[in-house]
Amino acid sequence: MATKKSTTKFWRQGEPFVWGTALALTLVLCMTLLLFYVVLANGITVFWPKNVTLATLNNGGYALGEVVKDEENPGTGKKRFQFKIGNRDLYGLDFKWIDAEEITNFSTPPDIYVLERQENGNFYGSLKELKTPGLVLPVEKNESLQAALDSIEPQRLEVEKIDRQIAALNDKVEQNNNKLLKLRYKKEEHTAAAVALHEKVSTIKAEFEQLVVVLGSKQAIVAANEAVFVDANGQEKTIRLADIVRFYQPNSMSWVQKWSYYGKRLKELLFAEPRESNTEGGLFPAIFGTIMLIFMMSILSFPLGVLAGIYLREYAREGYLVKMVRIAVNNLAGIPSIVYGIFGLGFFVYGIGSQIDLLFFPEKLPTPTFGTGGILWASMTLGLLTVPVVIVATEEALGAIPPGIREGSQALAATKFQTLTRILLPMASPGILTGFILAMARAAGEVAPLMITGVVKLAPALPLDGSFPYLHLDRKFMHLGFHIYDIGFQSPNVEAAKPMVYVTTLLLILIVLIMTSTAIYLRNRMRERFSVADL
Amino acid sequence: MSHSATAIMSIEKPQVEVEHLNLFYGNSQALTDMSFGIPASQVTALIGPSGCGKSTFLRCINRMNDLVEGLRIEGLISIDGENINDPSLDVIELRRKVGMVFQKWNPFPKSIYENVIYGLRIAGIKDRNVLDQAVEQSLKRAALWDEVKDRLQQSAMGLSGGQMQRLCIARAVAVNPEIILMDEPCSALDPRSTSRIEELIRELRGEYTIIIVTHNMQQAARISDYTAYMYLGELIEYGPTQKLFTVPERKETEDYITGRFG
Repeated sequence: MATKKSTTKFWRQGEPFVWGTALALTLVLCMTLLLFYVVLANGITVFWPKNVTLATLNNGGYALGEVVKDEENPGTGKKRFQFKIGNRDLYGLDFKWIDAEEITNFSTPPDIYVLERQENGNFYGSLKELKTPGLVLPVEKNESLQAALDSIEPQRLEVEKIDRQIAALNDKVEQNNNKLLKLRYKKEEHTAAAVALHEKVSTIKAEFEQLVVVLGSKQAIVAANEAVFVDANGQEKTIRLADIVRFYQPNSMSWVQKWSYYGKRLKELLFAEPRESNTEGGLFPAIFGTIMLIFMMSILSFPLGVLAGIYLREYAREGYLVKMVRIAVNNLAGIPSIVYGIFGLGFFVYGIGSQIDLLFFPEKLPTPTFGTGGILWASMTLGLLTVPVVIVATEEALGAIPPGIREGSQALAATKFQTLTRILLPMASPGILTGFILAMARAAGEVAPLMITGVVKLAPALPLDGSFPYLHLDRKFMHLGFHIYDIGFQSPNVEAAKPMVYVTTLLLILIVLIMTSTAIYLRNRMRERFSVADL
Repeated sequence: MSHSATAIMSIEKPQVEVEHLNLFYGNSQALTDMSFGIPASQVTALIGPSGCGKSTFLRCINRMNDLVEGLRIEGLISIDGENINDPSLDVIELRRKVGMVFQKWNPFPKSIYENVIYGLRIAGIKDRNVLDQAVEQSLKRAALWDEVKDRLQQSAMGLSGGQMQRLCIARAVAVNPEIILMDEPCSALDPRSTSRIEELIRELRGEYTIIIVTHNMQQAARISDYTAYMYLGELIEYGPTQKLFTVPERKETEDYITGRFG
C-alpha cells in the first residue's frame, strides 16, 4: 500500500519529467562543449613547435619528422605512426605512415632544423653549409644561418618595397586605362585629354620598366644566397635563403623560445596574407572580409528590419493582410540559405548589378564591374536572409511593452511618433538587439549563399584599401567560413591543411563569440536601463 | 429614458458638459444617453459596479478612446463650450488641457526628473530653469518632493508603488492642465499610500477640476464634491456627494451605496 502511494506521488509530482528536462539540457550542453573542445584542443596546439623525431628504421634508413598520430593499422592490427616528414619537393608527400616494427630506435637530435618555406611546405633536416657570396658571417653554424637571414633582410625588404611600388604603378595604369576606355566609349579617343592620358600612361610604363630592371637585379642578389641542407638519409637540398620564411630548432628550444615562436605564428595568422594555396601563412584577408561582411550586412539589414517591424506592429491595421505578412516573414527565416544565394545571384548580381554596369560602367563591358559577385551583393544577400529575424524581434519587443506606457505617453499629449521615438524604441531596444545578435550569429556562419555571390578562394585585394575610392564594394572578398571549406575539402593536400582548418574554425568561432558577446553586453546594459519589470 | 430628470442635478456653468452621449463598441452599446455637467475646480467621483462604463466614459473626456478600434461615439462632450470631438480640434491640445492618471501606475523607464518633465519636453520646452522649476513644483504638489529630491536623476523604477503613482500625478500636473482624470488611482495601492493620494487629491481640489473613477464608495464619499452613480452604461443619479450618500433619490443608488447590491 505504502509503495503504491509513493509511486503515484512520484508520477504526480512529475519526477521523470524533471529528469527528462535535465537530461535534454545536459545533452545539448555536452554536444556544444564537445564541439568546442574538439576545435579548441586541435586549434590551439597547431602553432606549438613540436619535437622532431628521428626514427631509425630496420632497413638501414631513417625517417625524420613530427609524430602526428599513432594508431593500430586497420589492415594488420599492428601499431603504426604517422610522421609529418615534410620535404615535399624531395619525397612528393609530407606525411608517411611507418609501422612500429620497422622502427628500431627513436631519438630527438638537438641540431635538427625545421624550415618554413615560401613553397613546398616544411623542410626537416640539418644544415650542411651556407653559400653566401658577399656576406661576411660568423663561423658558428646555427648563428650563421640566422646571421645570413638577417643580413639579406634589408635587401629582401627592398625587394618588397619595389614590389609595392610596382603594384602602385599598376594601379595607376589601371585607373588611366579606365579613363581611356571611357573616352573611347564616348568616341573621344583623339581629343587632347585622351592624348594626355596616353602620354601619362607611357611615362608610367617607362617608370615601370625601370623598376622591373631594378627589381630583377635586387632579386638576383638576394637569390644568390643559398644554404645546403641534408635530410635524414643524407640527400642534399639547396634552398635559397629568400625562400625561408623562418626556421627553428624545436629539439633544443627553451620554453621561452617556444612561446615566442607561438606568438610569432599567432601574429602571422592574424595579420599576414595566406601562402601555399591558403594552407600556410596568415588569414588576414579572410578575417577582414568576414568582419566587413557582417558589418555591411548589419548596416543593410538592421534599419530595414527595425523599420519594417515598427510598421507591422505600430502602424499596420490588424487584419488578414498583416497576419499573412507575419506568417510570410516567419517563413522567410526558414528558407534554406542557398536559395537566398541563388536569389542574390539572380536579382542583385545579374539583375541590379548588370543594370548598374550598363548605366555607369558601359565602357568596361563585357567585363563586369558590379555585374559579378562582390562584397556588396554578398552582404545584401545576407541582409535579406537575416532581415526576418530582426523584424520578428522588433515586433515582439514592441509588443511586450505594457499598453499603459503608451497610454501614459499619449495622455501627456505626445503624438504616436513621439511616443515611439522617446519611449517605445528605447524600451524595445534590448529585445531588438537580441534579434540582431541572432541575425549576426546566423550571418557569420553562412557560407552557402556567399559562394555564389562573391566569396573567392584568394582575393587579390581587400574591399577596403588605400587606393581611390577606398571602399570597393564591387570587389570579391575572402571569408573564414569559405576558407574552412576551401582548405579542408578543396585543397590538394588535405592532410597538410588540417591544422589550418582547426585554426580557422577556432578563429571564426572566436570572432562570432566576440561580436555576439559585445552585443549581449550592450543589450544587458540597455535592459537594466529600460526595464519595467516592476510595473 | 425612464429616469426622472430630478435624479440628475444640473450644474450651473459646468466646465465639462455631456449631452446625450452614446458609445458603441462595434454593435454593442457601452454608454447610453448620458447627459450631465461637471463643475470646474471640484472633485467629481464616478461610482458604480465593474463594467458599468465609468472608465470608458472617463476616457472619452481626453479622447483616449481614439486608440480603440471599432469604437463609435454619438452625442456631445464639450469642455469650456468647445466640442472635443470636433474634427478641427487638435487632440494634442485637448490632452494638454486634460491630464490623466491611470489605474496602474505607468512611469517611463527614465529618471524621476525626466518622467516629470516628459509632457514639457513633448511641448518643446528646453529651458533648463523652467524645467527645474517645474520638477520641483510638480513634485511638491504631488507630495513627493521630500522623498525624491536627492535622487531626481535616478530611475523612477526604484520607487515604491505609491511613490510611482504620485510621480504619475506629478507628471500630469507638470504640464499645468485644467482637468485631471483619475482612473481608480488607488485600486492597486496599500491603505497607507491610498490615504496619501486621497490627501493629495483634496489638496489639488480648487486648482484643478478632478474627475475620479473609483470602486471604493468610502473614498468617493471622503474626497469628492459631486458623485455620479452609473449602472450598465447609464447615468442613474448625479448630485452633491453628501446628498447622494445620505438621501439618494433613486432606489438603485440606495441599494448600491448601502451594499445591498454591487
